[in-house]
Amino acid sequence: MSTAATNLEPHQVPTTLSSRAIARARRAASLKRFARAFLRQRGGVAGLVIMLVFIALAASAPLLFPRDLLDITKTLGNKSLEAPSSRFWLGTDENGRSILAVLVWGARTSLIVGLAGSLISMVLGTLIGIGSGHYRGFFGSVLQRLTDWFLVIPFIPLVVVLAAVLGQRGLGTIVLVLGVTSWPGTARLVRAQTLSVEGRPYLERAKVLGDSDWQQMTKHVLPNVMPLVLANTTLTVAIVILSETTLAFLGLGDPYRDSWGTMLEKATNAGAASTGAWWYLLPPGICVIVIVLAFTLIGRALEVVLNPRLGSE
Amino acid sequence: MALDVSPGAASAEAHPDPATEGRTRRTRPGGGLGRFIGFRLLAGLGTLVFVLLFNFFLFRMLPGDPAARYRAVKSISPKDLARIRDDLTSPLSEQFVTYLKDPLALKGISSWKGEPVWDLIAGRAWPTIVLLGTTTILAVVIGIWVGIKAGWNRGGMFDKVSTGVTLIFYATPEFWLGLLLILMFSSGIGPFPGIFPSGGVIDPGLTPFSVDGIQSIANHTVLPATALAAVYLAEYSLIMRASIVDELGQDYLMTARAKGLMDRAVRRHHAVPNASLPTITLIFLNIGFIIGGAITVETVFSYPGLGLLTYEAVSEQDYVLMQALFLVFTLSVIASNIVADIMIAVMDPRTRV
Repeated sequence: MSTAATNLEPHQVPTTLSSRAIARARRAASLKRFARAFLRQRGGVAGLVIMLVFIALAASAPLLFPRDLLDITKTLGNKSLEAPSSRFWLGTDENGRSILAVLVWGARTSLIVGLAGSLISMVLGTLIGIGSGHYRGFFGSVLQRLTDWFLVIPFIPLVVVLAAVLGQRGLGTIVLVLGVTSWPGTARLVRAQTLSVEGRPYLERAKVLGDSDWQQMTKHVLPNVMPLVLANTTLTVAIVILSETTLAFLGLGDPYRDSWGTMLEKATNAGAASTGAWWYLLPPGICVIVIVLAFTLIGRALEVVLNPRLGSE
Repeated sequence: MALDVSPGAASAEAHPDPATEGRTRRTRPGGGLGRFIGFRLLAGLGTLVFVLLFNFFLFRMLPGDPAARYRAVKSISPKDLARIRDDLTSPLSEQFVTYLKDPLALKGISSWKGEPVWDLIAGRAWPTIVLLGTTTILAVVIGIWVGIKAGWNRGGMFDKVSTGVTLIFYATPEFWLGLLLILMFSSGIGPFPGIFPSGGVIDPGLTPFSVDGIQSIANHTVLPATALAAVYLAEYSLIMRASIVDELGQDYLMTARAKGLMDRAVRRHHAVPNASLPTITLIFLNIGFIIGGAITVETVFSYPGLGLLTYEAVSEQDYVLMQALFLVFTLSVIASNIVADIMIAVMDPRTRV
């Protein structure tokens, strides 16, 4: 791709380029504009930095704290519920494990569940949203009604009941439960955007030229709803991480894996709140707040960039 | 829910609206309020039917032998036990017919306590109503106040600090805040006095309708209500702020100022009433989320309401009780959504299309 083409306005595009090259150049240019606009959002950039730091920490957990540190058969020698010291920067839990080590390993669970759950939610929400916006008639209204009904069902009770009903709780079950319950918001948003895209002339052109429903949806509607979906999904990650914490706290987490929620559950059962073991309670909660805040800030910044009307606030 | 602070979002939220398209076709523009309410109730009924169907299939996904759970319960009569076993071992289609005869599980027996589930729920309802009522009042009053002040002086110091603080609270798990409050004000640590009780809703031996009883309930409710309100305050303040900001540039405010009204009068008598609608409806639309918070917060404080009952049902694997509780929660959300829609229609006739 020629570098000159990337900065061209549509009417300046030289006729010597193939239509595909033009499309590519335009896409690159708008991506650059988008990145520049995002970098102007201070909150969003801060959120992005925090998110990257957490991902880096979670990814390097095995290097920082070897798995053995979490094995309770090997930590019996340590004092349990010990206050922070030079050896254990954040103290120890009821099994004598370093809270810092558990915390870093817990970040993996929270991030994996948050990202994977949101991915499922994004795919479901986008499919159902586009489908209900594109198809008029019976199929579309069934999808729309389904979305409206699921919007009414209270989220946390549904998640709790579903997790309890499904019983055996691996990480996969939790991801599935959170993914299949958090899509209705996305679907509603995507539907609204789909309806507005469907009214534009180029979709009429596509219909007249005989594009199939599938082509219309994937080639014309999807690229136009994708930015919005991205912003919405970022906000969904925050909600899914919070919900994972809630599930784990209620004893519905993966019993074989540490997460910030299971830490808080164990801290409660070990009586951390009544014995004053603040070093066990504070770190997991603060981590949840910081990562949820980070995703919220990124999501809000994306929304402002994509919807300039919000930026005037 | 995504934290959506555009004022338009609140009104879109107000129309979960299974029948918009049908309604616009059937109703003449500006159709009366009664007609609107009728259609809204009908739509609510449709949602109810869906929820009942959903509830049936949700609880048939259970692994293992559900009837086995009842064997351990001593207080259950052999007749009830036989009835439950017959039902749970019959084919799905027959179970569905049985379910349709009693979709609300009015005859349901808890496998944990061996008592009718609705008796258990009735006994636990009032603490939750007290807790959620207190929470809502706290969150709405403080949230609206913060939102107005922040929006009116947009970009000022108060705006920046309050938006930051409310966003942090919004990201906080409410039960964690509850744990901290127990640590600080119930157990007492460092300079914090442990002055509030944690556990229960009223001291044993007191009746709710006496001076001591009410005081005891208040003492037990302060901490859990604070934990919940702090988290849900953000939504009210951010929506209120956004609606105030939306009104700022409007002509009628200029007119009010041109008449020579003081800034405070313009805000109180002109801007706030017009900006309040999204926030007021949010009170009802938020019921579902606050119920979610009540489950964990009541668990943390051993506050004997429906939230704690849900936790107990989950840990005791009492699916009949869970099913009934889930129904109660869903029905309250459906009802409050209808109330919200009707309130908007009464206050803003433009939405009665």
